[in-house]
Amino acid sequence: MKKNLVLISAAFFSVLLITAGLVLFKHDKSNVTINVYNWGEYISDGTDGTLNVNEEFTKRTGIHVNYSTFQSNEALFAKMQGGGTKYDVVIPSDYMISKMIEKDMLRKIDFENISNFSYIDDNFKNPTYDPTNEYSVPYTWGTIGIFYNKKMVNEPEEEISWDILWNKKYSGKILMFDNPRDSFAISQIRLGIPLNTVNPKDWEYAAQDLRNQKPLVQSYVMDQIFDKMGNGEAALAPYYTGDAALLIQRNKDIGFVVPKIGTNKFIDAMCIPKDSEHPTEAQKYINFLCDPDIALENIRYIGYSSPETKVKNKLDPQISNSKIYYPDEETLKNSQVFTSLPDEINSLMDNLWITIKTGNVGNPLTLFAVILCFVVLYLTIILYKKSKYKNSIKKN
Amino acid sequence: MKLFSKIYMGLIFFFLYAPLVVLVAFSFNDSKSRNTWTGFSFRWYVKLFKDSEILHSLLNTIIVALVAAILATIIGTIACLGILKMKKWPKRFIMNLNNLPIVNPEIVTGVSLMLLFVFTYNNFNILCPGMTTLILSHTTFCLPYVVLSVLPKLRQMNPYLYEAAQDLGCTPFYAFFKVILPEIMPGIITGMVMAFTLSLDDFVISYFTSGTTQTLPIAIYSMTRKIVSPEINALSTMLFVVVLTLLLAINIRQIKEMKKNN
Repeated sequence: MKKNLVLISAAFFSVLLITAGLVLFKHDKSNVTINVYNWGEYISDGTDGTLNVNEEFTKRTGIHVNYSTFQSNEALFAKMQGGGTKYDVVIPSDYMISKMIEKDMLRKIDFENISNFSYIDDNFKNPTYDPTNEYSVPYTWGTIGIFYNKKMVNEPEEEISWDILWNKKYSGKILMFDNPRDSFAISQIRLGIPLNTVNPKDWEYAAQDLRNQKPLVQSYVMDQIFDKMGNGEAALAPYYTGDAALLIQRNKDIGFVVPKIGTNKFIDAMCIPKDSEHPTEAQKYINFLCDPDIALENIRYIGYSSPETKVKNKLDPQISNSKIYYPDEETLKNSQVFTSLPDEINSLMDNLWITIKTGNVGNPLTLFAVILCFVVLYLTIILYKKSKYKNSIKKN
Repeated sequence: MKLFSKIYMGLIFFFLYAPLVVLVAFSFNDSKSRNTWTGFSFRWYVKLFKDSEILHSLLNTIIVALVAAILATIIGTIACLGILKMKKWPKRFIMNLNNLPIVNPEIVTGVSLMLLFVFTYNNFNILCPGMTTLILSHTTFCLPYVVLSVLPKLRQMNPYLYEAAQDLGCTPFYAFFKVILPEIMPGIITGMVMAFTLSLDDFVISYFTSGTTQTLPIAIYSMTRKIVSPEINALSTMLFVVVLTLLLAINIRQIKEMKKNN
């Protein structure tokens, strides 16, 4: 029985040790730790012989990085709004940045401390989502385009445009984004509606267009596109250009076009939240990520496009000359960047999206009725069992 | 009929374990593909041990799971001793209170804990969302499971054992550690293992209470924008093997003890 005593004391000691270790660990760092919140798989992390950017930053400045990742702009927004989290650097996309600026969630960056900002190309300065360029520093950018399977699609590359996603010939072989903003954008570009329109009629119009497309769509997906396109289950799918390399690596038959009539250009940029406790160190981190050598490492790892010409020129010419990653002037001129929409338009868009995907708006009364049915069913089962139980007791 | 029942059981086991087999198999796949087999390799295992982000999240997860499981086990066992000695109605009340978090949707628990921590942090500047709050919330939701697995063991125990031990000269403290604890040990261990695994794979509650700390499930979720790397397959395989060996070890020990007793 002594063994158990030993076991228990061992358990106690391990708790003590771990907590003590944690406390010591935290206090041992006399240096500052900054909290960085970025997209998943969105920084060079030292695997496959790449540079571990966060470690390199600590090595150079002595500032530690507590790095964590999110999956969508909305998740980031929710986490920041929830309170209690003190991030020092976050990397949202364009429309989310303008929303955060509106809600006064971001801190102005002192650009005197971002000396590497000079490397950023001029056409990325003063963007529509941050017109005075006080809150954000671009990290990566990209466009959306169409992936197509060369074996299944016989149109020549030049003729492929957004309209092909509405072509009945490819019924059942088309994939669409499973998020409203991106899906609507495709329809809006096709119909010539501005992406950031605040006219509800425009949204209804685009929704009708998407409803017409629905019978042709195999499924609404996000990252499953890699599997579906990679295996040749689908012929056409819109997706982010930055992931083209990943997919073409999977299946040699896959081609990629950015339609000339226009596309959505997205920019992910670094910002400092209002409640950051170490803004000076955060600025050092942002400046560090803008350093062309570091940015080069990140761009190579991520595969998205860089806002710095110096970085672009150092890339493999196959990539820097590719129209997929760096589209020509004409395509870029036609491209539009998302900005934040007013709340009522956002909820209109979400509602329309639900009607597109499910067919009709759910009635809250039906939900209530269904729940009521379940409750009644549950109660009858319980009562029935109870009476049965009582009967059996009586019999005995 | 017998054949049918065998086929039926085979099917059930097939559906239970097929995903695991696929997961393990594809952790040895040479390419990132989730569908096509391109060759055998250990590269994802090698890569896993170089990926500081995943390893760091894993460390966080294991620390939280260990501490939360141990804390929940200690608190839960003490609670059971109290519940056993209660009168009928208070006992019912406490047991219902205990079962409530189990039926309560995780998201409700998560959000309410988050609101609590944000409130305490903003008003009293304690409990900054992070490691501490993670451990606290995991202990909270693991507690009912520990109580549920320890209490039956205590009920099975002969209630006079404790008194007998004291009659024979044990101090109450000594009697507890020497007599009661060994008797209910299987229940405690079951509870602890359960708490550990529950805490290990919890996503919803961690998501709301983790602050800037990243646990493994959250790290994996944030990868889903791109292809989830087969490193995760490799990691899951290793976790699975560890848990399997643990289970086997416990079972073998139990069988041996049973044989000894017979």
